[in-house]
Amino acid sequence: MFKKVLIANRGEIALRVIRTCREMGIKTVAVYSTADKESLHVRFADEAVCIGKPASFDSYLNIPHIMAAAEITNADAIHPGYGFLAENARFAEICGEHEIKFIGPTPAMINAMGDKITAKETMIKSGVPVVPGGEGLLESLDEAKGLAREIGYPIILKATAGGGGKGMRVVWEESEMERAYNTAKAEAGAAFKNDGVYMEKFVEEPRHIEIQIAGDQYGRVCHLSERDCSIQRRHQKLVEESPSPFMTAELRERMGAAAIKAASAINYESVGTIEFLVDKHRNFYFMEMNTRIQVEHCVTEEVTNFDLIKEQIKIASGQAISGMNYEPQGHAIECRINAEDPYNDFRPSPGRITVLHQPGGHGIRVDSHAYAGYTIPPYYDSMIAKIIAVARTREEAINTMHRALSEYVIEGVKTTIPFHLQLMKDERFRSGDFNTKFLEGFKMA
Amino acid sequence: MDFKQIQELIKMINKSNIGEVSIEEKGFKLTIKQKEEPVQQIITAPMSAQPVAALAPAPVAAAPAPVAAATPEKPARPAEPAASNAVTIKSPMIGTFYRSPSPDKPSFVNVGDEVEPGKVVCIIEAMKLFNEIESEVKGRIIKVLVEDASPVEYDQPLFQVEPA
Repeated sequence: MFKKVLIANRGEIALRVIRTCREMGIKTVAVYSTADKESLHVRFADEAVCIGKPASFDSYLNIPHIMAAAEITNADAIHPGYGFLAENARFAEICGEHEIKFIGPTPAMINAMGDKITAKETMIKSGVPVVPGGEGLLESLDEAKGLAREIGYPIILKATAGGGGKGMRVVWEESEMERAYNTAKAEAGAAFKNDGVYMEKFVEEPRHIEIQIAGDQYGRVCHLSERDCSIQRRHQKLVEESPSPFMTAELRERMGAAAIKAASAINYESVGTIEFLVDKHRNFYFMEMNTRIQVEHCVTEEVTNFDLIKEQIKIASGQAISGMNYEPQGHAIECRINAEDPYNDFRPSPGRITVLHQPGGHGIRVDSHAYAGYTIPPYYDSMIAKIIAVARTREEAINTMHRALSEYVIEGVKTTIPFHLQLMKDERFRSGDFNTKFLEGFKMA
Repeated sequence: MDFKQIQELIKMINKSNIGEVSIEEKGFKLTIKQKEEPVQQIITAPMSAQPVAALAPAPVAAAPAPVAAATPEKPARPAEPAASNAVTIKSPMIGTFYRSPSPDKPSFVNVGDEVEPGKVVCIIEAMKLFNEIESEVKGRIIKVLVEDASPVEYDQPLFQVEPA
């Protein structure tokens, strides 16, 4: 087992890793930028090393500085957390060259899933369902019609150089194809000077459901069931839960098997997540794989009773996993509390927290690095806390979450607590009938 | 002018270098003089590129600031430790601090030595690479803040320099 782990991250995840290392008897080294001097992870670690100026580029993304910190503290492993260098294959490689264990997958595994086209090809080869589509750009209207017949309507035309919805057209039946094809190409040409378009199946009312997996160094892979992360604003997750209200035993078995196939295809080592889009007919399609621990890992921890950071460290130190899969017991929901103003388009609100009272009681877990008197620096993300409610049923978990949010006091900065309070009372959310488009129609009261 | 304003004026002048102030308004004349002359001379360090460090874990060494004739006046500057014009050389990187180019050679600098921009004051070693750290200020070393062969972090104070 490792003697000393350096955590190449900050905020709540750094604290999270330090907590587990403490329990395992592993010494911890925190690294911090000058802006994070008063941060909790710096105080809780056994040692701390200042690694640079506030900008991420100068500190948390600065590989030489982080490696130097590992060297002077004699760390034998580095935990990259999430974000920053967590999926940087070069960083993982450098750790290997310095004989410091990168707690995560190998550089090859990171690369295999980092490139979206390669990842998709790997999945197709392994028999994991992907969003059906053509290979390459459409050469003609006839080709478009033929391909659409193969894939099955509805389809979506997408600009290869595109973004922001430009050059995108959903087509529901063949009679619409000619007009859609021509206008999509014209729009793409005008917007990106490249009128190339390709075709994919249009996933109707998609839900974002991901499967947590774990693989050891000996080829064994298992899954710990799903998390539903459909409540998103501008592709940022705000609420996650397990089990998914849309899940059935049969779907879980199929998705779990697909996730294991995906991970096994690259011999995956460490914890990771396979993200799927699920349509209203319960067809699921591979979207991408995250080769790291995720923000919302706590949700799975609460319904499977595993410490995923501990499992990750055990795997990295060479321990084998049992290979058993795990299903959720009870229900857990997580709300991400950000320093943003939900009444003003979620504008970031950094500043000094003057008053802080965290909720407690049965079924509540709070993972946070905030404290009264803490100044949220403006250089990093705005998340201040994750609050997780656990109960026997979904309805009880939602009620517990609402109760806890109503006693959560954070003053000095604006937070998204009012948003979550309103969401927990929302009829449609409570019914479990939502998809990734849900928040588009949500207005703060 | 009311009494409060006069009080404030007196406080302001007391803190300043002004010797005497005379104010004349309709039906009112006021003269305020400093008790003794000349006013205490404070030599301030020229603004250097290095920010002045207020926090050194080691006790701040008193710089020999020339103080004029002792007056009962409070010093004209806001309260600061006497050596506040000392400049700190801080570490620009993380690694192991060495005072000399190799164990058998003498230190790059010692207390009392003069330094100027470009003069190598120490080596910081990281990942088998030896980096010579140069002074960015001109002055005299008054204190070495780190022990030879100990680890240093970014921005850690290394030397205290009295600027020339």
